[in-house]
Amino acid sequence: MKNAGLLVMPAGFFLVAAALLLFDGAAMRFIFVLCGLAVECMGLTFAVRGHMAVRGEH
Amino acid sequence: MDPYAALPLPQSAFVLALCLVLVSPLALAGVALINAGLGRSRSAAHSLLGSLALIAVAVVVFALIGSMFAYGDTGYTFSISGKPWNWIGAGSFALRGFSAGTVQAQLSTLAQFIAVAFAVLIAWGSGADRFRIAAGAAAAAILAALVYPMIAYWAWGTGWLAQLGLNFSLGEGFLDTGGAATIHVLGGLSALAIIWIAGPRRGKFPKEGLSTAMPGHNAVYVLFGCMLALVGWLAWNMAGALMWADLPPTELAVTAIDTLLSASGALVATFIVTRIRFGKPDASLCANGWMAGLVTSSACASIATPFEALLAGLIAGLITPLLVELFELFLSIDDPSGAVTVHAVGGLWGLLAAGFFASQQGQVLAQLVGIAALLGIIFPLVYFLFWLVNLVLPFRADADGERIGMDLHELGGSAYPEFVVHRDDSYR
Repeated sequence: MKNAGLLVMPAGFFLVAAALLLFDGAAMRFIFVLCGLAVECMGLTFAVRGHMAVRGEH
Repeated sequence: MDPYAALPLPQSAFVLALCLVLVSPLALAGVALINAGLGRSRSAAHSLLGSLALIAVAVVVFALIGSMFAYGDTGYTFSISGKPWNWIGAGSFALRGFSAGTVQAQLSTLAQFIAVAFAVLIAWGSGADRFRIAAGAAAAAILAALVYPMIAYWAWGTGWLAQLGLNFSLGEGFLDTGGAATIHVLGGLSALAIIWIAGPRRGKFPKEGLSTAMPGHNAVYVLFGCMLALVGWLAWNMAGALMWADLPPTELAVTAIDTLLSASGALVATFIVTRIRFGKPDASLCANGWMAGLVTSSACASIATPFEALLAGLIAGLITPLLVELFELFLSIDDPSGAVTVHAVGGLWGLLAAGFFASQQGQVLAQLVGIAALLGIIFPLVYFLFWLVNLVLPFRADADGERIGMDLHELGGSAYPEFVVHRDDSYR
């Protein structure tokens, strides 16, 4: 789960990069960049949940 | 021949920047002391020797390999939709031709040595009491050889983040005039990767119940480290303002005041929050708040007005103690030095705040793109590289090492040989 979350995070970045290339308007860019960041946060949340699942193993 | 002839900065500014860069290593000394103080007494010498060892490895590797990717007039570039994306520098191997460069380029290189040492030091603190020096050195080498040069080139060189303004009309491009991204967010995210790979200290998170409190062993080290860090930070932010924000020397006093206000605001906020939360102010959390204010100032001290810097610091100080508690109690992140909260979150907040405070249109978007690159590319890359290193050189010391302390286990001698080291009741 942790690795899956970490793999999702670059997908969010590519959404941000795509927003820069595909749109000229500031509003559309802003919305897509926020969506990209949201995807990254989702990946990070998965990764944190994966870490919490092994709590107490050490 | 005038040695400063090729220098865009006036001669006095160059000399000033040189002096400031030479004072800035005090920030490293402060962070090293904080790391040692927040760890246990039986790992204090290990913490400080590890700090020196990691700085040494990072500097050597950066000189040999990393400097090649961190700058260079020509970088490796690919083009999408007619827009160039300079993703890594193409300089000379092992600083070849360094002495023939402009004086400003040489000064910038000197500053980068300090920056890379700073980044690895931040990550080291989070592995306190279980992270082996050899593994830490390998992690430092990875950061210095590849990851730090990449982000430094993106933000400080002619990389794609710095050119967001030119290519996509986003303000002045990604602004990171004091190393909030290149040093602090990189260090903080590397700390998170180390914590996840090495795991928590033994007994920190029992299978049932709340986490075990493992307070730092020396609050004096921690608080004196904060004072040392202030001196280094003042110098570093002023040097950064000269070198990377192109501020004239006449505006440096504002940068220094912003730095001081940001740290002070953060400390006041943390003091009040911990006073309300626990009934008494907490020394280690207040130290974390102070440092978070300094980290925030790294992003916005040369951009913000004094009032804005104070506001940014207050917010950093407000969220720091709450996040330290959240990370430990609810997210099972065992971070003895608080690097994830202080450096990663503080740095990200500072970068965002810099976007709000800057006057150029589109600057917030440029800062958000930079933050997305740090979270979406740099963090997974660091985690993956550290995971590979861990297969060859395990990050975590064995159980006996944790029990007797890293000083005896790795160094064969204690930091405090004349004192009795008490048995730790947290091992259950």
